[in-house]
Amino acid sequence: METVKETLTTPIFRNNPIALQILGICSALAVTSSLKVTLVMCIALTFVCAFSNLGVSAIRRHIPGNIRIIVQMVIIASLVIVVDEFLKAYAYEISKQLSVFVGLIITNCIVMGRAEAFAMKNPPLPSFIDGVGNGLGYSVVLIAVAVVRELFGSGKLMGFEILPLVTEGGWYNPNGLLLLPPSAFFLIGFFIWALRSFDKEQVEEPDFKMASHTPAREGA
Amino acid sequence: MSSNDSIKKTLIVAFSLCIVCSVIVSTAAVVLKPAQQKNQALDVKRNILAAAGMLQEGASVEEQFAQITPRVVDLRTGEFSDAVDPDAYDQAKASKDPQMSTALEPAEDPAKIFRRAHYAVVYLARNAEGDIDKIILPVHGYGLWGTLYGFVALESDANTIAGLGFYQHKETPGLGGEVDNPRWKAQWPGKQVYSDGDVEIAVIKGTVDPAAANAEYKVDGLAGATLTTRGVSNLLRYWLGENGFEPFLENLKTGEA
Repeated sequence: METVKETLTTPIFRNNPIALQILGICSALAVTSSLKVTLVMCIALTFVCAFSNLGVSAIRRHIPGNIRIIVQMVIIASLVIVVDEFLKAYAYEISKQLSVFVGLIITNCIVMGRAEAFAMKNPPLPSFIDGVGNGLGYSVVLIAVAVVRELFGSGKLMGFEILPLVTEGGWYNPNGLLLLPPSAFFLIGFFIWALRSFDKEQVEEPDFKMASHTPAREGA
Repeated sequence: MSSNDSIKKTLIVAFSLCIVCSVIVSTAAVVLKPAQQKNQALDVKRNILAAAGMLQEGASVEEQFAQITPRVVDLRTGEFSDAVDPDAYDQAKASKDPQMSTALEPAEDPAKIFRRAHYAVVYLARNAEGDIDKIILPVHGYGLWGTLYGFVALESDANTIAGLGFYQHKETPGLGGEVDNPRWKAQWPGKQVYSDGDVEIAVIKGTVDPAAANAEYKVDGLAGATLTTRGVSNLLRYWLGENGFEPFLENLKTGEA
């Protein structure tokens, strides 16, 4: 049981797919301007990641090596279409806001990466749990980013007013930058900084050492 | 394990995977279709209400839609018709059917729609006395990347715009996509369409000078979206013009529709 718990929790902070592996950044920038949409996206991705891992792992001994990426893609794509159809049927408004990004889960590096790196080599149950764990790791970062962006960008959370805006007679002057995709870059940057200050193991060895300045008289 | 890479095994795995996946995908599509269609129908109603400025958040869309009657208009004569069922009629599909539509000459087709269906479903909102309060007309036309589909709502004088909204388009988000921006759409209500019988309403480049003589016929352009706004002007010129709904609106005014 110890390993099951580890497989589930390691990707959340210690080996976070966004913060440590820097995967799946594209959707993290695009869908995090409102918390509600973000939550749906997180659920969708966790679902796809878990079940694609399960599917790939179940047939891993029969997947021919030379078409393995295509096999993984077919499984992932089918799941994404199912999720997309579900959203269109039961969460129409949100599916309209997510638009192409549900479809783009197909190309999300986290899903592909876990299928190739974990599910191809492990039995179905651990693979499934690994998928859930990585989905949760993705969700943690996205939700953190979305809370900051929606709260300080439009003064709301889940569409409910928290900070009354100046334009609507309140006192809060919203930060428009937070509603634009680049702000997510800054926020993810801060998130990674915070995470690595706590867990020094995540800090990578620098590729180059900074050399000290050449004294002026030697340079001349 | 090496037998996995044989051609036979590769083909078997590929085929069986495709079959399993296609069964899953098509089952999901078929099972969920009714719920999706219900959502889409509701969305169209919501858009009609929104275009007319009648949408109230929180209230049931179906209930609010009760005061609106869909009617079929024969665009060739400009009169009401009962030739098709307004609930089942699909104008987009009819536009592609040679039996149900007319091809347009490039000169008379500013909105680049190529074929115009014989029939269109218009929506009439009535007030408490049963008089027509707003006339909501379906419009479509080419923008920059694709066709914009929407509704334009007119006040009962068939000349003053009550609102406008697009429910489907492919314009660039942030540029042409700003046709969805509520602040831009808020400019439309109160604008006038016809001047001496010609469609005068247009989106201009830059901002409208409220002191200008024809300010009531002009709407601010969207920065960085010249082609999209030109498309909006063109589709209004077509659909409110003599090949579009103008004959119908004339008939409605004289009470002969």
